[in-house]
Amino acid sequence: MKVSAIKDGTVIDHIPARSLFKVISILKLDRVENPVTFGNNLESVKLGKKAIIKISDVFFDEKEINKIALVAPEAKLNIIRNYEVVEKKVVTVPDEVVGIVKCYNPRCITNHENIITRFSIVSKKEVLLRCHYCDKIIDQDHIEIIR
Amino acid sequence: MKNKSLVSITDYSKEEYLYILDLAEEFSKHPVQPLLKNRVIACLFFEPSTRTRLSFETAINKLEGRVIGFSDVSASSVSKGETLKDTIKIVSNYCELIVMRHPLEGAARYASEISRVPVINAGDGANQHPTQTLLDLYSIRKTQGRLENLKIALIGDLKYGRTVHSLLMAMSHFSPEFFFISPVELKMPEEYKIHLNHLRVKYTEDTELFPYLNEADIVYMTRVQKERFSDPFEYEKTKNAYVLQKHMIKDAKPNMRILHPLPRVNEIDVEIDDTPQAYYFEQAHNGVFVRQAIISAILGIK
Repeated sequence: MKVSAIKDGTVIDHIPARSLFKVISILKLDRVENPVTFGNNLESVKLGKKAIIKISDVFFDEKEINKIALVAPEAKLNIIRNYEVVEKKVVTVPDEVVGIVKCYNPRCITNHENIITRFSIVSKKEVLLRCHYCDKIIDQDHIEIIR
Repeated sequence: MKNKSLVSITDYSKEEYLYILDLAEEFSKHPVQPLLKNRVIACLFFEPSTRTRLSFETAINKLEGRVIGFSDVSASSVSKGETLKDTIKIVSNYCELIVMRHPLEGAARYASEISRVPVINAGDGANQHPTQTLLDLYSIRKTQGRLENLKIALIGDLKYGRTVHSLLMAMSHFSPEFFFISPVELKMPEEYKIHLNHLRVKYTEDTELFPYLNEADIVYMTRVQKERFSDPFEYEKTKNAYVLQKHMIKDAKPNMRILHPLPRVNEIDVEIDDTPQAYYFEQAHNGVFVRQAIISAILGIK
């Protein structure tokens, strides 16, 4: 699939295909007014099937973009200015995750009261989160993003 | 540890455990003292628990403190739909300390973050019950004369049993050796074994009780619950394999003691109750002294 190049903005590549919509949620791309194009289930040697997102005129700060490492730890960012890639970035898993992820444990207090969720990172390589409240560990496949 | 909430056993250090155990020892000699005179402590039991609640209330009464609270949510405004946050905000204005039990996991941590006064977790669902762990430590030290270098057999449901997980975390400070004896379906979770490997603590896993009963200093029994098994046939096969009988402990070490967080169903045969190894009723009694110690330490009056 050919997606037209953008003049200025951000291209996020190497997103696992199953994580595309989670990345869109985390970055709230469903609410931006700027042009956004995305492709899914593209062939990738590394990931099998991957997704790519192009957002015009949006540049993320590091803290914001690192949140997607939870579901797309191998994502690569290309910062585009005047059709040129001016910077390449990788994402890193943050040390603490606040208010993005829903606790998987139905018996956790955060699923019953209006509480901002908090997780510490047990492992960054294979992403594992520990709920600050109920202590349960969530793996990458069970990360559910709060809308 | 003045004003420091006790939500999980890992909130406190080894030194803090020992401080509480020494205080509890003192309370066992002089259990009635007017230390809490004119002080109000809230006992909020969002889920019924007769033994834990009576133990806390006895501890407070023996120190001449006053108890407010409820033992059943149907008698509180929670049944009208009040949130935990609002209940804690209001009650923490009335008292100097909150003791709470709640059916949801993480409830005590959350309460400790919004309360003006310290919170003692008296059980939050299947998650934590740190005062049980401290009374287990107290009972171990009392019966063995020490906490270091003991052989501890944990038997029964090691997968879901919160008491065994907390006891493992607490005892791992004291160079123990563990025997994990459980049905395959209820094995000790990996994360705890990783923790022990990291600390170089020795452990053995098995499905058979013998010969560990003869080697152990402490035999910690837990209940194997039917609802934990995905396959009812597996439960039927294993339910009697983890029942302690009198003849099984005839060659046990003379100092060996059997602990159980209670309630017991059938996992310790009643014939064992009269043997010198049975310690579970004294263990429950020790809970009062340990809770006196925890309350006094948190309020900074001891």
